Amino acid sequence: MKKLEEKYDIVVVGAGHAGCEAALASARMGFQTICFTVSMDSIALMPCNPNIGGSSKGHLVREIDALGGEMGKNIDKTYLQSKMLNKSKGPAVHSLRAQADKKMYSISMTQIMGNTPNLTVRQGEVTDLLVEDGKIQGVKTYSGAVYYAKAVILTTGTYLKARCIYGNVSNYTGPNGLQAANYLTDSLKSHGISMRRFKTGTPARIDKNTIDFSKMSEQFGDEKIVPFSFTNREEDIKRDQISCWLTYTTEETHKIIHDNIHRSPLFSGAIEGTGPRYCPSIEDKIVKFPDKDRHQVFIEPEGEYTNEMYVGGMSSSLPEDVQYAMYHSVPGLENVKIVRNAYAIEYDCIDATQLKPSLEFKEIEGLFSGGQFNGSSGYEEAAAQGLMAGINASRKLQGKEAIVLDRSQAYIGVLIDDLVTKETSEPYRMMTSRAEYRLLLRQDNADLRLTKIGYEAGLIDKERYENLLLKEKQIEEEIKRVEELIVGASKNVQNLLESLGSSTLKSAATMAELIRRPELNYMVLAPIDDERPKLDIQVQEQVNINIKYEGYIKRQLSQVKQFKKMEKRRIPENIDYEDVGSLRIEAKQKLSKIRPSSIGQASRISGVSPADISVLLIYLEQMHHRR
Amino acid sequence: MKSDTIAAIATPMTNSGIGIIRISGNQSLDIIEKIFKPKRKKNIKEVATYTAHYGHVYDHDKMLDECVVLVMKGPHSYTTEDIVEINCHGGIIVMKKVLEAVIKAGARPAEPGEFTKRAFLNGRIDLSKAEAVMDLIHSRNEFALDSSLKQLDGALGEIIKNLRKQIIHSVAFIESALDDPEHYSVDGFSDGLEIQIKDITKELKYFLDSADNGRILKEGIQTVIVGKPNAGKSSVLNVLLGEERAIVTDIAGTTRDTLEESIQINGIPLNIIDTAGIRKTEDFVEKIGVDKAKELLVKADLVLYVVDTSIPLTEEDEEIIQLIQGKQVIALLNKADLESVVKEDYLKEKGLEHIVIISAKENQGMEELYEKINQLFFHGKVSFNDEIYITNIRHKNAVSNALDSLNLVLKSIENQMPEDFFSIDLMDAYEQLGYITGESVGEDLVNEIFAEFCMGK
Repeated sequence: MKKLEEKYDIVVVGAGHAGCEAALASARMGFQTICFTVSMDSIALMPCNPNIGGSSKGHLVREIDALGGEMGKNIDKTYLQSKMLNKSKGPAVHSLRAQADKKMYSISMTQIMGNTPNLTVRQGEVTDLLVEDGKIQGVKTYSGAVYYAKAVILTTGTYLKARCIYGNVSNYTGPNGLQAANYLTDSLKSHGISMRRFKTGTPARIDKNTIDFSKMSEQFGDEKIVPFSFTNREEDIKRDQISCWLTYTTEETHKIIHDNIHRSPLFSGAIEGTGPRYCPSIEDKIVKFPDKDRHQVFIEPEGEYTNEMYVGGMSSSLPEDVQYAMYHSVPGLENVKIVRNAYAIEYDCIDATQLKPSLEFKEIEGLFSGGQFNGSSGYEEAAAQGLMAGINASRKLQGKEAIVLDRSQAYIGVLIDDLVTKETSEPYRMMTSRAEYRLLLRQDNADLRLTKIGYEAGLIDKERYENLLLKEKQIEEEIKRVEELIVGASKNVQNLLESLGSSTLKSAATMAELIRRPELNYMVLAPIDDERPKLDIQVQEQVNINIKYEGYIKRQLSQVKQFKKMEKRRIPENIDYEDVGSLRIEAKQKLSKIRPSSIGQASRISGVSPADISVLLIYLEQMHHRR
Repeated sequence: MKSDTIAAIATPMTNSGIGIIRISGNQSLDIIEKIFKPKRKKNIKEVATYTAHYGHVYDHDKMLDECVVLVMKGPHSYTTEDIVEINCHGGIIVMKKVLEAVIKAGARPAEPGEFTKRAFLNGRIDLSKAEAVMDLIHSRNEFALDSSLKQLDGALGEIIKNLRKQIIHSVAFIESALDDPEHYSVDGFSDGLEIQIKDITKELKYFLDSADNGRILKEGIQTVIVGKPNAGKSSVLNVLLGEERAIVTDIAGTTRDTLEESIQINGIPLNIIDTAGIRKTEDFVEKIGVDKAKELLVKADLVLYVVDTSIPLTEEDEEIIQLIQGKQVIALLNKADLESVVKEDYLKEKGLEHIVIISAKENQGMEELYEKINQLFFHGKVSFNDEIYITNIRHKNAVSNALDSLNLVLKSIENQMPEDFFSIDLMDAYEQLGYITGESVGEDLVNEIFAEFCMGK
């Protein structure tokens, strides 16, 4: 029987947040790309929380944007409410979060995909990988059709052998009742890829018309909107925002959960997958924080054209009747109707230590992967990996070296380094605490850090690149100017200082010194700075941060210098750890398995001690001398 | 790294009762089989670990000595390798011969510190222990020895580990609060942190002070005696040496024309630096020149400036007073047996605050001098019998850097910076302290340590 056969440069398996970024990147880098999805209606689906960004995830989105990805632009088009989190803290932990109109987000991304040259989107389930001599050849779909390609990117999300569970009810479906992908796992295993099982969960969606909002406090968006994309300005995307609502669990909620905990599939053992500690279900929270008498519950809109509301903070896999009882015990939700049940979902994914930092499989050339398939959780984490997998698959076809961001360059670097180095035993979620050089990796300077790399990859156009260079120059010149600008103790100056609650000058000071005072900043000092050039607010912000936190930034830079030293000590690919006599057995096993590319990476492997690293350094030194 | 087998004489090279030759490495048992004939016929390679065996050691056919051989098999040995120790009769010649036989049988001479290095590399001991062992080998006086032993017990390691734990706990709390503000609140956290950091800095400061003492304990207080010709320098020196307090060693110094005399005063070691020339001509400034004097003074921890009070101060005195500015100086107003024409107040004006009136000739005022030395270096209150000292420059630097970082944290708290800024400097302090226990490893550190290991004495 004749089967369909087609040839592409790159195949992307899955069209979630990772798959979309991967497919767009490779198509935009000039490669004929086909992207498979189990349903054309589930492109860039948000099956869990209705927002993009948040603590550290907001950083990822801005980095994706700086590299030329789509997520930031797409959320700017489809947000319902925008908020900068942690504004009372330092600039390193300011984080942007936007409520999304889920449907519009998906439709808008579908449109972008459809209108991108070189990109074909195709409904179909990929069932087999075609591999020859350790090299990827293409994929086969359920219908038997074969798609040849030089590179394949796996972004299957939570669909592989997916199973949704609440109480004792379980369905072999993907999220939202979508068809699961039940065959690909076996094919991956047959090619030597080892698989694992993770789980995650989502709360119920409830009917807006049955909620009593008078018992909740309204959560407004920010007045000043900061767009996710560096290509947008506030005025481009300003809109009437839609509120979220805050309420709390009660003692009764906790009692209901305690009384029924034995009926949770997590506690009864019916769920075998490992769940994320950092995105706990309400039953987890109640067990983990027994002293807390209440937990926050955010009621968030799912979209402008739906009555569904998301019950943030109360994900669960308890049975339907218990879900009803516990939601009804929350003020404002007494008479609420559930539209979709909360559920847990189990799925197959990989231990990402099988990947190189480029996200290519160590053992199968040309096979890349990203997103939840790699053991992460979250839309933003997925998109970031998808983008890098797309870039690096394309770079491979271009015969160029992979782009690997390091931990001092980007949250994306931290994310991928952690995934491919540390054996995580639960879905990996990005957190600010994972980034050692946080003060340098701010959301406000993602463009300054990464636009050049996006330009080099071919995803940023010349105009945007030149704007960036101009911005850099303006920042540099303005910092220099205010550092040299002497402010005398004139009446004007003293008056302004007094009005701002700052002590008056006893002798002349530089403008920079004034900016550094805790109660002052660059912007408020404008009235006593006649020579100040007219600068974009983004430029002003950079000048302010760089001057104000100069000491901290310098210290962090010297930490980075130390870090880079260890990263630069490359470990040859052909090293035989069995030959390194004094290594402990555990270290030998871990190093042989993960095959780190540098001493720095080796030092981050759990089970490799500092003494092992010293041994390794000495061994490398000896090898070097022998040569 | 295929490790070869190393051997060395493990006891001091003196004609003492028993000498030990230690062998470590995977060939240790092969080597001992070749050169050792046990009294009872048995295969030495097959004996149980941690057993002793009596017999004789041979160089081919020639019997060298009777001995007891101790077998300690890896991994439960000091270096984690197979270790054999040959306990033979002491005596430099016998020990050398036995070592030669061991080397002929396949071992190579160990570098100084190499056993310790192997123990460290094989994960047997943490760095602070390894360095304490090195210090033990190098130690030259009883107090330094005691302090080395304490560090070896890991006492320093324990304290530093505990401080690190406190720091990382605070960092973890801040980080949790940043990532999960619903469940962890940092409100009021900085007040508690301030108290905690102040406690830690207090402890580190104490270590740092002890580090200065520590260095002195290890090396002895470098003491230089200055004074114009005929002021009575040699009399002072002779009185110091002539005291019934033991003269520990006579070591020819690094430069050909200096001589170091180590003495102990109330248990405090002084290395009195003298020059061969001084005692002949007693003409310090002229003979070896101002440059040489400066060089010696730079290294000096203590200067004893001998002033002849029977005659007015001369230009040479003024010159000396200039040279010793900024040093720890005890001015000895000598010749108290004669009438004094030098005013104490004048010297005080010149910055010499510690003044002791003596008569070297009559052996008067020496007790006051010893008391002064005590006060100066131990602030009169440090007792060093049961305290832990930092005797290693690398440790001292790490403590000092950690202290700097913690002070920056205090400054951030004072400036009411947001909590997320604290982590930067807290982590720096954490890393620095890790360099002491070997829990942080930078490549600089490894290089530095092995440079020290291989230098030896």
